Amino acid sequence: MSIDVAFGHCYGAFGLEVAFEAQNTGITALFGPSGAGKTTVINALAGLIRPERGRIAVNGRVLFDSRAGTWVPAHARRAGYVFQDGRLFPHLNIEANLRFGWRRAAIALPENEVSRIVAMLGLQPLLGRKPSQLSGGERARAAVGRALLASPEFLLLDEPLAALDSGRKQDIFPYLERLRDERRMPIVYVSHSLDEVARLADTIVLLRAGRVLACGRLFDLLTDLRFGELAGSPYGTVLEAKVECHLVEDGLSLLAFAGGELAVAMLSRPKGSQVRMHIRAEDIILAKERPRAISANNVLPVTIVALHDSPSQYVDVRLGCGPTHFVARITRASCKRLELCDGQNAFAIIKSVTVTPAGSG
Amino acid sequence: MPAELQALLLSLKVAAVAVAAALPFAALTAAALANRSFPGKALIDGALHVPLALPPVVVGYLLLLLFGTRGPLGAWLLQHWGIRFVFSWTGAALASALITFPLQVRAIRGAIEAIDPGLTAAAATLGAGRVDRLVNLTLPLALPGLIAGAITAFAASLGEFGAIITFVSNIPGETRTLPLAIYAALQSPGGEAEAARLCVLSILLALLGLTLAEVANRRVRSFAGR
Repeated sequence: MSIDVAFGHCYGAFGLEVAFEAQNTGITALFGPSGAGKTTVINALAGLIRPERGRIAVNGRVLFDSRAGTWVPAHARRAGYVFQDGRLFPHLNIEANLRFGWRRAAIALPENEVSRIVAMLGLQPLLGRKPSQLSGGERARAAVGRALLASPEFLLLDEPLAALDSGRKQDIFPYLERLRDERRMPIVYVSHSLDEVARLADTIVLLRAGRVLACGRLFDLLTDLRFGELAGSPYGTVLEAKVECHLVEDGLSLLAFAGGELAVAMLSRPKGSQVRMHIRAEDIILAKERPRAISANNVLPVTIVALHDSPSQYVDVRLGCGPTHFVARITRASCKRLELCDGQNAFAIIKSVTVTPAGSG
Repeated sequence: MPAELQALLLSLKVAAVAVAAALPFAALTAAALANRSFPGKALIDGALHVPLALPPVVVGYLLLLLFGTRGPLGAWLLQHWGIRFVFSWTGAALASALITFPLQVRAIRGAIEAIDPGLTAAAATLGAGRVDRLVNLTLPLALPGLIAGAITAFAASLGEFGAIITFVSNIPGETRTLPLAIYAALQSPGGEAEAARLCVLSILLALLGLTLAEVANRRVRSFAGR
């Protein structure tokens, strides 16, 4: 499973110079503000634009190499591309839309797999309808289904889930994770939602103004203190944890991670299962002494590893808790009042934790 | 059969054959010209519109030079295939097809260029090659344009006069379409009554055509999901 991208391209005044590599890393998130060049990168992967120079390879198959003169046209690339705007064919009903790529696949997906995808996306009642009769969310689901039924070799998702309600996302995420794990299918996911990225991605490529600002594993990158500045959006800590036990009376579940335990609202997942936790930097409060009589369930003893002065009114603080690092964002005023400095001991009060099923990778 | 009915049926036949014969070529030409630029495109584009700009009599005369029994193409066709256009209704259809060809290309090309290029890109990522996309996506989506082009060309064919009379003459039952019949009636003494009847026929035909065009347009729009 690998994606290897290095190319340069010009759009009038907008120049794009992008290089990143994702080896054995499952879901790669292209993350950045609009206009950063995210869609251009996946269009180049899909073969919809031909970059001026560079090389693109997926799973070792060279799709484009300007030096060798290699160019695999879009229709021969087997990219499952889910477009942001769906792009269902207006003259075909949903069933014919879904079958469009399926019919043209080298090895057509077996019928039981087709019905499985149709059921997962809740498309059964829509099959006879025209795209114009569908709501935004329904269209997005149909577009995901159409790409999956084409049995692609890699998936390109351009913010396809933006139009979906959260319940449906919960159904689709595990399926994407299964594709990655079972079929070893590289997935490139374009998003500007950090929550989605934190939940799904294994590798993050941070883009801004046509350049790669950072590229790396999610866990490393999200606690990188420069990230908040680079990404220009709320960030925080993502870590893997195990369900330690359920405290039924209190309605809590204890999650163990390297360095400690956190209590969260009771989960429906069995004891011992792996989960992923996302803690926003804004959701951590710092105290110099252990607070008493406090409503938050989680107070962790931590050591201040680094302070990062951002240009805004905030200070980002990297906190060590055993081998695990957290990031907290506090105001410059609080930092001054508490006289925080490196190496100090403190307590992190964690207001809220988002828990999602773990991805591997 | 009364002469009026004969002229009407002949007009319909000539126009229908002209449109049907030109349509596939017009569709391919439109697809080749739409959304693409290549060296010489402007020249081809200009050449396509020449029949529209020329006086139809000139088109008819050029056809006569080319397809006359002693013309370069006409002699060859007659000798090898036994096909003769001059003084035949097929010649009338050929002249009509040539003159209305640019109308069809324009209508179809406009419809193709109105298609969201994103849809074509989506079809490509789903494994559809160029011809596949043309047949299964572009042409079906351009169907309103194809039908509009065909209807315009059909109406223009019904009214064609100069090219037909120059190329294939005015032979009752063979090349005398409605406009030619009206002309012939007006040329003969006491033919005003017949000319008037033919004119009424023409007007009715036009109204019927417009109604059918509207019905077809609605059907097509619902087909394309718009």
